[in-house]
Amino acid sequence: MSDSFKPSRRAFLRGSAAAAAGLTAGTAARAQSPDPLITEPQDWAIYFGDSVDAHPYGMPIEYESDVIRRNVEWLTADTISSINFTPIHALDGTITPQGCAFERHHSGAIELRKEDYRLMINGLVDTPLVFTYDDLERFPRENHVYFCECAANTGMEWAGAQLNGAQFTHGMIHNMEYAGVPLRTLLEEAGLDAAGDLADKWVFVEGADASSNGRSIPMEKALDDVLVAFKANGEALRKEHGYPVRLVVPGWEGNMWVKWIRRIEVMDGPVESREETSKYTDTLADGTSRKWTWVMDAKSVITSPSPQSPIKHGHGPLVISGLAWSGHGAITRVDVSKDGGKTWETARLAKPGEKMALTRFYLDTTWNGEEMLLQARAMDETGYVQPTKDELREVRGENSIYHNNCIQTWHVMQNGEAENVEVS
Amino acid sequence: MSKFPSAITVAFVALAATQAMAGDTFGLGREALPEEIAAWDLDVRPDGSGLPVGSGSVADGERLFSDNCAACHGEFAEGVGNWPELAGGEGTLADADPVKTVGSYWPYLSTAWDYVHRSMPYGNAQSLEPDEVYAIVAYILYSNFLVDDDFVLSNENFLEVEMPNADGFIVDDRAEAEYPQWRREPCMTACKDSVEITMRATVLDVTPDEADTN
Repeated sequence: MSDSFKPSRRAFLRGSAAAAAGLTAGTAARAQSPDPLITEPQDWAIYFGDSVDAHPYGMPIEYESDVIRRNVEWLTADTISSINFTPIHALDGTITPQGCAFERHHSGAIELRKEDYRLMINGLVDTPLVFTYDDLERFPRENHVYFCECAANTGMEWAGAQLNGAQFTHGMIHNMEYAGVPLRTLLEEAGLDAAGDLADKWVFVEGADASSNGRSIPMEKALDDVLVAFKANGEALRKEHGYPVRLVVPGWEGNMWVKWIRRIEVMDGPVESREETSKYTDTLADGTSRKWTWVMDAKSVITSPSPQSPIKHGHGPLVISGLAWSGHGAITRVDVSKDGGKTWETARLAKPGEKMALTRFYLDTTWNGEEMLLQARAMDETGYVQPTKDELREVRGENSIYHNNCIQTWHVMQNGEAENVEVS
Repeated sequence: MSKFPSAITVAFVALAATQAMAGDTFGLGREALPEEIAAWDLDVRPDGSGLPVGSGSVADGERLFSDNCAACHGEFAEGVGNWPELAGGEGTLADADPVKTVGSYWPYLSTAWDYVHRSMPYGNAQSLEPDEVYAIVAYILYSNFLVDDDFVLSNENFLEVEMPNADGFIVDDRAEAEYPQWRREPCMTACKDSVEITMRATVLDVTPDEADTN
């Protein structure tokens, strides 16, 4: 049954081209004959559906089985220390369902029971402490929606257009509503008098998995908005996102959002761990490298139409839609170009931008089969305007790997199909 | 409208302020025991703090590396397939395809020791004794021609090893190098004379086929 709902992309496009030919813009099409879906009683209108006991925890209906995380096999040596991509081309709104939110592990997604969970705070604190999971749920909690973007999102596109789909070029991102305890609360519970002047202090955060991923975070950020989170989108974190407890570091690169967090050490300097020296550093054209490039700058991408989400309908009304975000605060505006950046029009934000969270934008427009070079350009509350790829390369060269927040171009063809291109 | 609700509000605000101002702790959790801290607090820093007493030779490291590391990183730390190469790459950081290894890129030796000790071998983490870690790190240095074949690395001489790219890093300077030029009113019309497609992802054909990954 489900196979019939997974047409090949080519067959799918043939169908959409036929649909395009048969319609004219401006008026509703007239049906040739009555639609049997309307005139004849259908099975679902005659027989029962599933009982309430059929699915105690529901999964998406089979017809949506192509809306899944995907891996790019050649990117990494194996699938244990690897990454997959959120199907952003097929989602709408801003909240990413946990089940299709991208995963990045360094030693696989472990299974750690709440009963076996311990969180240690040590180092320059008045009293080193150990918390159980139950302890954490007794501290005052907060709710926040934040995006989590891997620093390497769009990293494969530095030297040129490479991956043909928004899922692959921009899918190392998710956006969830977290419930958790401010890290500040836990640090104050251990006491920071022993740390003295906090201005030059750091915390080192470390995971419980075999990679023991560890990152150093300046105390100023640790005391600002970092969250020790245990729920996402209303339910427990999924194991692939750090069940039972992960760190949430708003606006900063995903590698710092340590999963299965087991230890927080107050220190008088950074550890300079593997993940903050040999990785997650940005090599410039002259061979020197930037380190501590934590903030994810303003960025946007059109999710539809895009290579995996071609225009399937005929001429006339077209919704161009996408996502925008900034690690510096709220998105204030998104502009869209249909001609590769010659002219721009300002898109409609579905809701006012929220700090360090995804913002959905729409451009409600008309398409009459013309080729388009679609681009989106985000602005955030600091006045920062998302740069072009050439502008970024002018400063950084092509070897930064990380933090590529360039303007993306989709070439939409006359048949509605789209491809990832670079333009002059 | 009665004043009564606002009086209650004031009382609640006052109560909340009292709690916050007191800086009270919640009395949750328990004190970590020294043995517990010793078991988890393993990180080693650039100044060598956190290093346990111990030592290991290049010769021992060669054997240990072959047994524990070479399957992925190669007998000479040159890397196998897509797995990380740990040696070589000197002088390539400004090239089109920089080769970033412990020798060519890593600024601190502590990072290598810390990572091998805490996170390696891949699939069998935290299984190496400190002397074995010293030996493996010594061998990685030897593979990068940074020490001789009779070298013995220890907590005593750890800071004497010079890492070639120690000065190759700057702290994030985007706030100076980038933000001023990109915080400006964006162009809306006649922004370019012409637009040409200069590259297509489909030419490379490296995107996974969706049918294959379902």
